[in-house]
Amino acid sequence: MAGSSLAMTIRFEGSDMEKFTQLSGVAAPMPAINIDTDKIFPAIHLRTIKRTGLGHLLFEELRYNRDGSENPDFVLNQPPYRNAKIIVAGDNFGCGSSREHAPWALLGFGIRCVIAPSFADIFYNNCFKNGLLPIALPQAVVDELMEDAKKGANAVLTIDLDSQTITRPDGEKVHFDLDPFRKHCLLNGLDDIGITEQKMDAIGGYEAKARAGKPWQWNMTTAGA
Amino acid sequence: MATPRTLYDKIWDSHVIAPQGEGTYLIYIDMHLIHEVTTPQAFEGLRAAGRKVHRPDATIGVADHNVPTSDRSKGIDDPISKLQVDTFEQNVKEFGVPYFPVDDIRQGIVHIIGPEQGLTQPGMTVVCGDSHTATHGAFGCLAFGIGTSEVEHVLATQTLVQQPSKNMLVQVDGALGAGVSAKDVILAIIAKIGTAGGTGHVIEFAGSTFRALSMEGRMTVCNMAIEAGARAGLVAPDETTFAYMKGRPYAPKGAAWEQALAYWKTLPTDPGATYDKSVKLDASEIAPHVTWGTNPEDALPITGRVPDPADVADPMRRAAMERSLTYMQLKPKTPLVGVPVQRVFIGSCTNSRIEDLRAAAAIAKGRKVAPGVRAMVVPGSGLVKHQAEEEGLDRIFLEAGFEWREPGCSNCMSMNNDRAVNGERIASTSNRNFEGRQGKNAKTHLVGPAMAAAAAVTGHLADVRELG
Repeated sequence: MAGSSLAMTIRFEGSDMEKFTQLSGVAAPMPAINIDTDKIFPAIHLRTIKRTGLGHLLFEELRYNRDGSENPDFVLNQPPYRNAKIIVAGDNFGCGSSREHAPWALLGFGIRCVIAPSFADIFYNNCFKNGLLPIALPQAVVDELMEDAKKGANAVLTIDLDSQTITRPDGEKVHFDLDPFRKHCLLNGLDDIGITEQKMDAIGGYEAKARAGKPWQWNMTTAGA
Repeated sequence: MATPRTLYDKIWDSHVIAPQGEGTYLIYIDMHLIHEVTTPQAFEGLRAAGRKVHRPDATIGVADHNVPTSDRSKGIDDPISKLQVDTFEQNVKEFGVPYFPVDDIRQGIVHIIGPEQGLTQPGMTVVCGDSHTATHGAFGCLAFGIGTSEVEHVLATQTLVQQPSKNMLVQVDGALGAGVSAKDVILAIIAKIGTAGGTGHVIEFAGSTFRALSMEGRMTVCNMAIEAGARAGLVAPDETTFAYMKGRPYAPKGAAWEQALAYWKTLPTDPGATYDKSVKLDASEIAPHVTWGTNPEDALPITGRVPDPADVADPMRRAAMERSLTYMQLKPKTPLVGVPVQRVFIGSCTNSRIEDLRAAAAIAKGRKVAPGVRAMVVPGSGLVKHQAEEEGLDRIFLEAGFEWREPGCSNCMSMNNDRAVNGERIASTSNRNFEGRQGKNAKTHLVGPAMAAAAAVTGHLADVRELG
């Protein structure tokens, strides 16, 4: 398979999130708007207490027939796209729920990047917590990448996070924007909680002032009604 | 002279601990609501890293998504659901987080119990691992949904790293017509601005219509701000808010109440403050609404007809509409009145409070659920259920042939066993009509409580104002 694979893993059991460097892989076309979180990860499976091993549940309702056999018309069941690492989609990808199971299922399947003209806020945030890269680009550019994605085995895109470029199958490079803070976290595999814990003094200072000014917000739930 | 600020600006500014660079800020969280679905992996993470919950006294837990709405004394049948709820109960005990057990009368849907208990207060930052956390914004607090990783971050540090949102104003003025509810207001707003109309923004709902709405009505509207893509939805606190809060179990009392009240009165938006986007609606033009498609923005007045994809210019939007109509088994131009339903669900964090039940009962009274319809009423909490029973609403529903059930999220997303079967068409007071959400191939029509009751007694989508 082409190029370097994404050096990233889902954070679990206290291990550090690895860095997102470069990704090269097949892009699957999903030319639909408003792909919602119930499609991406059906609510019934939210009963899981795990965050890994959820790839088989990705797009479950669309992927399988009633008898459990694969629906051959669904893009991710079709041979070049069974190993897709990227999805190209329409506006407002990930609308609906805050369920982080949506990016977990995408990652479990092997998707490391979603490209769309726009994303729903909570889904977008959740991606960065797990090393999944959501790239927003103008509709006209997404349309061209969608055409690339329809090329089956030749639908290979290479995404370089440091230079913020996508290289198309014909070699053309497309630039994408990304918040510097998000980029920094992805490139360095930073652990959010660990970073915040280094600021406990500042948090303590805020708490002391807040407690003095709004004492009724302390010992609330533990005091009992 | 200080720059005039919006309600959102004021709450944001007062919760910033420190900038983190590149436009992000570390903000403090005043209240963290937790439930069984989005916490197991978070507590596992805390345990693995040897971390504790930083502020158990600002955290409250309740199981709501998996719990059966039938007799709970027998426990949960489904082993996976049972494991998730048992895991939650073990976690809250191990980490010392206060919670309401399933057999406590205060148990219910997390976004019902927070306000009901006086835990949700103006000026607070409130988060929960659930997108309908937006509900609490009705109190003039900044309330939004977060994913499990952020839940873990809040448990460990009581903070979040966030980027500020833009301000959006949705102003609705005028009196609502007879038979028109808060649910119809928010459906009309989402139909107008679209499912991504609020993305990147926090919506402030203002105008005389909101001043006149009760707290429950404001909660219904804020609940669905997320369906318009907004980060959060807020209504400025006023006398209605203070009257609701006074005397609630966890609300401040005595001298603390006076102190809190003085602070809460500083929150409303300053005259002259500006918004990045603004939209106006006239309340008198809002009719009872119903959704026809598979996204909350697919809403129309009940007097309307199923739209025609041929009228849609944009090819992706046309394809989306065609897909929706195929899934919903609706033909273009079909009148919405008369579409038959097989199931009715009155419940969810959108519409399961006492006023919602009263509105539905007023329609059910003296009428019967139509043949071939299964109608279910699920009160939002044990306290709502108790109050409804004191008012005799349960008897009205039972006499009409509705089922009267125990509190929980129930058929909104069907994580317990309450779900539409065999591709039934369901009139529902919940908040999402996505494909398959309320049951495999279930065809959801979102409506307000009175409209849901009207559908139950007629057996089809109906205009509650025309009921004989």
